[in-house]
Amino acid sequence: MKGLKFFFYHIRRNPLSIIGLVLIVTFAIIAIFAPLIAPTPEGQFDSYMIPRDGYASTPEPPSAEHIFGTTQGQYDIFYGVIWGTRTAFQVGFIVMGAVLVIGILLGSIAGYFGGIIDEIIMRITDIFLAFPPLILAMAVTIALGPSIQSVMAAIIIVTWPSYARVIRGDILAVREEDYIEASRSVGSSHLRVILRHVLPNSIYPVFIMASLDIGAVVLTAAALSFLGLGVPEGYADWGQMINFARNWIIGTSENTFAYWHAVTIPGLFIFFFVMGWNLLGDSLRDILDPRLARR
Amino acid sequence: MDFRSYVIRRLLLVVPVLFGVSVLIFGLIQLFPPYQRAMLYVTDPRQMANIDEIIELYGLNATIWEQYITWINQVFHGNLGWSTVVGMPVTDAILTYLPATLELAIFATPIIIIGGIWLGTKAAANKDKFIDHATRTGAIIGWSLPTFWFGLVLMMVFYGYFSGFLPPERLSTEMSVLVHSASFTRYTGVNFLDGILNWEWGVTFDSLRHMILPVVTLSVVNVAFIMRLMRSSMLESMGKGYILTARAKGLPENMVINKHARRNAMIPVLTVSGYLFAAIVNGVVITESIFNYKGLGWWAWRTALMLDIPSILGFALFSGVLFVLTNLVVDLLYARFDPRVRLGGTI
Repeated sequence: MKGLKFFFYHIRRNPLSIIGLVLIVTFAIIAIFAPLIAPTPEGQFDSYMIPRDGYASTPEPPSAEHIFGTTQGQYDIFYGVIWGTRTAFQVGFIVMGAVLVIGILLGSIAGYFGGIIDEIIMRITDIFLAFPPLILAMAVTIALGPSIQSVMAAIIIVTWPSYARVIRGDILAVREEDYIEASRSVGSSHLRVILRHVLPNSIYPVFIMASLDIGAVVLTAAALSFLGLGVPEGYADWGQMINFARNWIIGTSENTFAYWHAVTIPGLFIFFFVMGWNLLGDSLRDILDPRLARR
Repeated sequence: MDFRSYVIRRLLLVVPVLFGVSVLIFGLIQLFPPYQRAMLYVTDPRQMANIDEIIELYGLNATIWEQYITWINQVFHGNLGWSTVVGMPVTDAILTYLPATLELAIFATPIIIIGGIWLGTKAAANKDKFIDHATRTGAIIGWSLPTFWFGLVLMMVFYGYFSGFLPPERLSTEMSVLVHSASFTRYTGVNFLDGILNWEWGVTFDSLRHMILPVVTLSVVNVAFIMRLMRSSMLESMGKGYILTARAKGLPENMVINKHARRNAMIPVLTVSGYLFAAIVNGVVITESIFNYKGLGWWAWRTALMLDIPSILGFALFSGVLFVLTNLVVDLLYARFDPRVRLGGTI
C-alpha cells in the first residue's frame, strides 16, 4: 500500500508519466468493455473475427452505420480497432509473462549454479541472439502456420534470451553477498535461497525492462501481421488492418486522401498504445531505479 | 589478457555459435514435410518432377543426423535450394537483391549514427532547455512509431498528395529501361553508383529520388534510439571529474563538450552497433515491402508470404551468419580501442 502511494506520488510529479498512465488506462477500459462498445453481431461465433458488410474491395468512408468506415473487403474498422485492443493486450501480457518465466528460470539457474550449466545456457542464448529478431520471428511464424498463437510463440522465442542474460547478470552480482552465504550456512536449500534471497534482490531491473518492452513486443506482433504472416485474414488485429489499407494510400483523382481513414485510424491506435507503454516504462524505471532517475 | 589471446578466444567462440545457428535453422526445416524440404536440394525446378528420387537421393526420410550432414554439406557448397518466387537458386537470389539493400543501408547508416549522436549531444548540452524538450519529445514519438504505418503515411502524402513527387520502387520506368539496356554496364548493381560510373546522371538522380522515403522510414526509429542513448551517456560523462577539470582550466564550453564529454560518451553507442545492424535488417524487410523496393528485404517478405521455405530459411541463415560476424568485428574493434574490455577477461 505504501509502495503504491509512493508510485502515484512519482507518477503525479511527471507530466509525461501521467500521459502514459492515462493512455494505458483508456486502452484497458476499451479492452475490458469491448463487448459493450462494439457488440458482436448475432450469430457470429468468434468475437475476434471482424464482421464484414459485403465483399467489395474499395474502402467506404465513415458513415452512421460504420463510424470509422470500412477497410478493404468491407471489414468494419471501428469493430476491428476496439477488439484489436484486446488482441494487443493479450499479445503483450502473454508474451511478456512467458518471457519472464523462461528468463527467470533459466537465468537464475545459470547465474546461481555457474560452471558448466551456466556455460551451456549462455551459449544457447547466444544462438538465439545471433539472428535479427524479426527475421527469426518470421521464419518461426511460417514454420508454425498463421495464427495469433504462432505470432506469440515466435516473439517469445526471440525475446527470452536477453531476459535470461540480464537475470543471470543480476544474480551473479547478488550471489556473492554475505547474506546469501549466511542463509546457505544455516542450511537453507538452493531453492529457498534462490526464491527468498537471490531473486527478490535482483529482480527489479527485469521488471523495468519488461515494462519498457511491452510496446516493442506489440509492435513486432503488429509488424508480422502487417507483413501478412501473422493472424488469419479478418482477425481483429491492428497490424493486419494496416495491411488491408496498404493498397489504398493513393486516393481517387478528385480527392487524394479519399481512403485516409483506412490507413490512419488503426495506425494511431498502435502508435498511442506503444507510446503509452513507453512513457509508463520510462517513469517506472525512474521510480524503481533511483540511480537512473531524472538525469 | 593481451590482445592476441583475446582475439583467439573470441574467434573460437564464434564456432559453436555458428554451429548452433545452423542447427536452429535445420530444426525449423524439420517442421516441414519431406516433399517441401526437397526444394532445399534442388537447383532447377525441372528436377521436382522426380521428387521421390530427390527425397531418396538426399535421404529425407533418413535419420536426423544423416540429414543434417547432407544439408550442411550442401550449404558449404553454396546450395541453399531453389527459390520458386523469383525462379532462381537461393544463393543467386541473395546476390541479385543484395546491392539494392546495400544502397539503402549506405545512406541510412550514417544518418542514423551521425544524426543520433548529434541530436543526443545537443539535447544533453542544453539539458532542460527548449532544444532538450523538443528532441526528447521527438525521440518519444519516433520510438513509438510503427515503422510500417509511418512509411505508408509518408507515401500517402509525398506520392499521393504531391502526385508522384517521391515514388515507390527503385527507378522510374524509363530509367529502368536505360539501366537494363545493352549500353549500360552494371558495375556494382547499386544504381546511383552505376549511374555515376556510366556517366548517366539521370539514373543517379532518379535512384536518389526513389530512396528518400525508404531511407527516412528506415532511419527515424533508429535515430530516436541512438539519440536517447547518447543523451543519457552524455549526461553521465558530463558529471565526471575530467569535465570539471576541463572547465576549471578555462576551456571554452564547446571544446569541453565536443572534445572531452562526447568522445567518452560515444563508447555505449559503439557497443550497440551490433544491435543497430540487426535493427537495420529488420527495418529493411518492412521498409522494402512498403515501398515495393526490390531488395533483400522485399524478396524475403515475398518468399515468406508464398511459403517459399528454402528462401526464407536461406535468408535467415544468411542474416544470422552476417550478424554473428558483425558482432565479432565490433567486439574486436572495441577491444582494440578500449583495453578495459580485454583486461576484464570476461566475454
